[in-house]
Amino acid sequence: MFDLTGKRALVTGASGGIGREIAKALASAGATVALSGTRVAALEDVQREIGKPSPILPCNLSNLDEVDRLVPAAEAALGGLDILVNNAGMTRDNLFMRMKNEEWDEVLLVNLTAAFHLTRAVLRGMMKQRYGRIIGISSVVGVVGNPGQGNYAATKAGLIGMNKALAHEVASRGITVNSIAPGFISSAMTDDLNDKQRDAILSSIPAGRLGTAPEVAACAVFLASDAAAYVTGHTLNVNGGMVMI
Amino acid sequence: MSDIADRVRKIVVEHLNVDAEKVVEKASFIDDLGADSLDQVELVMAFEEEFSVEIPDDAAESIQTFGDAVSFLTKAVG
Repeated sequence: MFDLTGKRALVTGASGGIGREIAKALASAGATVALSGTRVAALEDVQREIGKPSPILPCNLSNLDEVDRLVPAAEAALGGLDILVNNAGMTRDNLFMRMKNEEWDEVLLVNLTAAFHLTRAVLRGMMKQRYGRIIGISSVVGVVGNPGQGNYAATKAGLIGMNKALAHEVASRGITVNSIAPGFISSAMTDDLNDKQRDAILSSIPAGRLGTAPEVAACAVFLASDAAAYVTGHTLNVNGGMVMI
Repeated sequence: MSDIADRVRKIVVEHLNVDAEKVVEKASFIDDLGADSLDQVELVMAFEEEFSVEIPDDAAESIQTFGDAVSFLTKAVG
């Protein structure tokens, strides 16, 4: 239904649970996908699963010199870029009163500042070709907050605000800028929860279950497609009804 | 008209979709040629590429008319 044939995409954090599924889903919809991340072996797994040429572009997003080389490398490898998915993120949780400057700075740098650099870098090419899809992977935490995640929540809310501001600027150029805010998604992290923690989480989710990474990836495919040409500045909540706004 | 002016005019005509006759020295991109602020950024990007120069932000802000662009680029390239 959502055909991405001929489209060229860059996905950050492509070795992680959600990033990997986004990369695979974009590829199976027809896009050529450049895979970025820090763990090359894991990226190679994703590349094998995709089963068609998908350049691996290792990048440590906490190093802005590396960040600034990523988009030119992706454009050189793919001949341009139509889709950017700012997916990579990290957590350094701590209660606000105890949060170290370093914990704040590092999360801000990787989750938000790197996304700003990458997004700014893709704009020149997208403006010229009068076409682009920029997608930020935010979080329900950026929408409603979460104790112990002041830094993470700030970046996830920051992505939404950044994308809305940019959506205003570039809508007339055929570029859409949207965010996806996943709720609790099954991952290695949620597998570690004990039954009590799991029950507490599930009781807050009307759907009565955790989400899956492919369910998030499907939303990215939609927003990346021509079908979503009139959707911009939007935040798509993918949370089983946990938060409805 | 100089070669630089011709090249600048060509970019402006193509980008803003205006008649070449309207692109005169005093023509303001925004007030006379229908550009918006993003068009202006795109024009500066196009000038940078055409002439292989870097136009810093403060200089870009001072380029309001076709004449401004030609005189800036004449200096920058020359």
